[in-house]
Amino acid sequence: MTNPLTLLVSALGSGVVEVVDLTQTLREDSPTIVLPPEFGASAPVRIERISRYDANGPAWYWNNLSFGEHTGTHFDAPVHWFTGRDLPLNTVDTLPVADMIAPACVIDCSVESADPDFLLTIAHVEAWEAKHGRIPARAWVLMRSDWSKRQGAAYANLRDDGAHTPGPDAAVMRWLVEERGILGFGTETIGTDAGQGGHLTPPYPAHHYLHGAGRYGLQCLAALDRLPPTGAVILAAPLKVHEGSGSPLRVLALIPKEG
Amino acid sequence: MAPLQPPRRKDPLKRTRLPLLPPGQRSRAAHHLTAAAAEGRFALPRCAACGTFHFPVREACPDCLSARIEMVEAPAGATVLSQTTAEVPADNYFRERAPWRVGLVKMDAGPTALVHLHPEGIAGSRVRLALMLDRAGQAVLYAGPEQKGADPMTDPQWREMTADPLHRRVLITDARSFAAPALAKALVAAGAREVRLGLPEAWKPFAAEKLTALPGVSVVPLDLGSERSVADHVRDYGGKTEIVINTADHMRPGGALGGSLTATRDAMEAVVFDPMRLAQALAPAMIGRGADGPTGAAAWVNLLSVHALAPSPALAGWSAAQAAALAWSHSLRADLAQGGVKLLNLFCGPTDSDWFQTWPQPKVGGAAVASAAVSGLKRGLEEMFVGDVAKDIQARLAANPKAVEREMRQG
Repeated sequence: MTNPLTLLVSALGSGVVEVVDLTQTLREDSPTIVLPPEFGASAPVRIERISRYDANGPAWYWNNLSFGEHTGTHFDAPVHWFTGRDLPLNTVDTLPVADMIAPACVIDCSVESADPDFLLTIAHVEAWEAKHGRIPARAWVLMRSDWSKRQGAAYANLRDDGAHTPGPDAAVMRWLVEERGILGFGTETIGTDAGQGGHLTPPYPAHHYLHGAGRYGLQCLAALDRLPPTGAVILAAPLKVHEGSGSPLRVLALIPKEG
Repeated sequence: MAPLQPPRRKDPLKRTRLPLLPPGQRSRAAHHLTAAAAEGRFALPRCAACGTFHFPVREACPDCLSARIEMVEAPAGATVLSQTTAEVPADNYFRERAPWRVGLVKMDAGPTALVHLHPEGIAGSRVRLALMLDRAGQAVLYAGPEQKGADPMTDPQWREMTADPLHRRVLITDARSFAAPALAKALVAAGAREVRLGLPEAWKPFAAEKLTALPGVSVVPLDLGSERSVADHVRDYGGKTEIVINTADHMRPGGALGGSLTATRDAMEAVVFDPMRLAQALAPAMIGRGADGPTGAAAWVNLLSVHALAPSPALAGWSAAQAAALAWSHSLRADLAQGGVKLLNLFCGPTDSDWFQTWPQPKVGGAAVASAAVSGLKRGLEEMFVGDVAKDIQARLAANPKAVEREMRQG
């Protein structure tokens, strides 16, 4: 029997399968989630030079890195939310590696997301399914908003009542998890939930339902506009942090070349 | 003397003058004067046995030979006995700044002393003495006009010993500090040429318009926690910063055992490491420009808490960070002194900021901080206690530090 990976390698080599980087660069000025100051805050990304071909290391360049688990393009494991705390294999070091490679359905909400308070509903997803077919179980659902094209203040979009960024409503999250059995939900914004998701019922429904069912989150993704509605395969392998609740990671997509 | 004019643009063909310092050696006893000058007090040595003031500081009373010498606030009035103008001084520092006026005065307190003399001081005229820190950081006597309200700022000799914001460019490190708006306003009022406020996490909302409506005030992205941000700022403004006002802070309550280590680490980062990062990048440029004309680099100001000196057990981690910042500031002061650049620490009591919300009054507001900072710069001070709580703790520390330690347990 032929090794099936030979086909993949050949497809990658010929360009029939393309690799797309869905990751934002991990930068010190990357916006992170903002909580009321009386709660603990995530450490920001810090990149501190040890040496750069200088007196501290004449032939080598390297840095010390520090960041919170939920900075930059990052992965949320089930243990991140209280609803997933008692599940087995709920941390980034224990979650099944098979889940790190999975197909994706990409729902284009880029037009609707011009409204920062846009909420994805069941009706939107059903309309998508009518065109592209039923979302298969154990697939990622990625919400394309094109918000990753924004920067800085426009990206975080904080106002005096909190962040205003698009995301899913509560009903669609429950439906995606319970009726479609999705593997996870991904966004281009800070958080799998909408900026005002804390005011939905239950609060932060993406976190609530995804992690409560042992599913995952991906956020601060980029370049979702390069993915087809179906047919992409996502490689999302978080760092193997001991009892980690998530981690920054490199997210790649394999897509069939157009035409 | 005519008021100081705004500096002209520099001739790029001319080398920037390197900082020279006046003679800096002093006896150990003479530093009693340094302590008074650092706080802007006019104190002189007085014999505890016979009550005679003398000058300079001696090991024993020249009148009765008692060794019990104490530093006491003294009347600052004096009469000029004689004056002279050094046109070609032998010392390089003074030669570059010549002509330099000196005089002999008879103090109302008794002693006779050689002083730096203001331009109008002539034999027989009345003067008011001040203990000043010269460019070498040593205490010297300056004789200014006696009448109240007279502005000594027009005298280049006085300006040499101070860090007047007039025509200087100021960096306020954190535009989000409770004190930033008042500081910007006060510095503009004091004639600062530019006031730049650093804005950390520029992606978070900030109403910059209120500040930038003031003439010469700008808000620029600056995150002291980021090497890259600090380095980029210094690349643009390293040679365009004469005064730094470090307002970085991160107060979170919590005891020695119950407090959050994360919060303490955040405080250490904000209060200690972040200013270190800025200083390592920026201070060398300031030191190099310490003698760059009458509006050269002049001062670094730290907004600290009095709890740097008297830790509060209710604010254990933050007090430790404040103490660390104070310890480090003395080392920074030593380095800055190579360029004649001063370091002023403002020790505040509880401030009018969110994290002291439940603390009893009186609290220190932005206006009090701003007023102290400008006054301290204009007088060339090294230490100021801002607000009644800070002044009270200072007095109690001088009297009995162990009592203060116990009393701090009550908050």
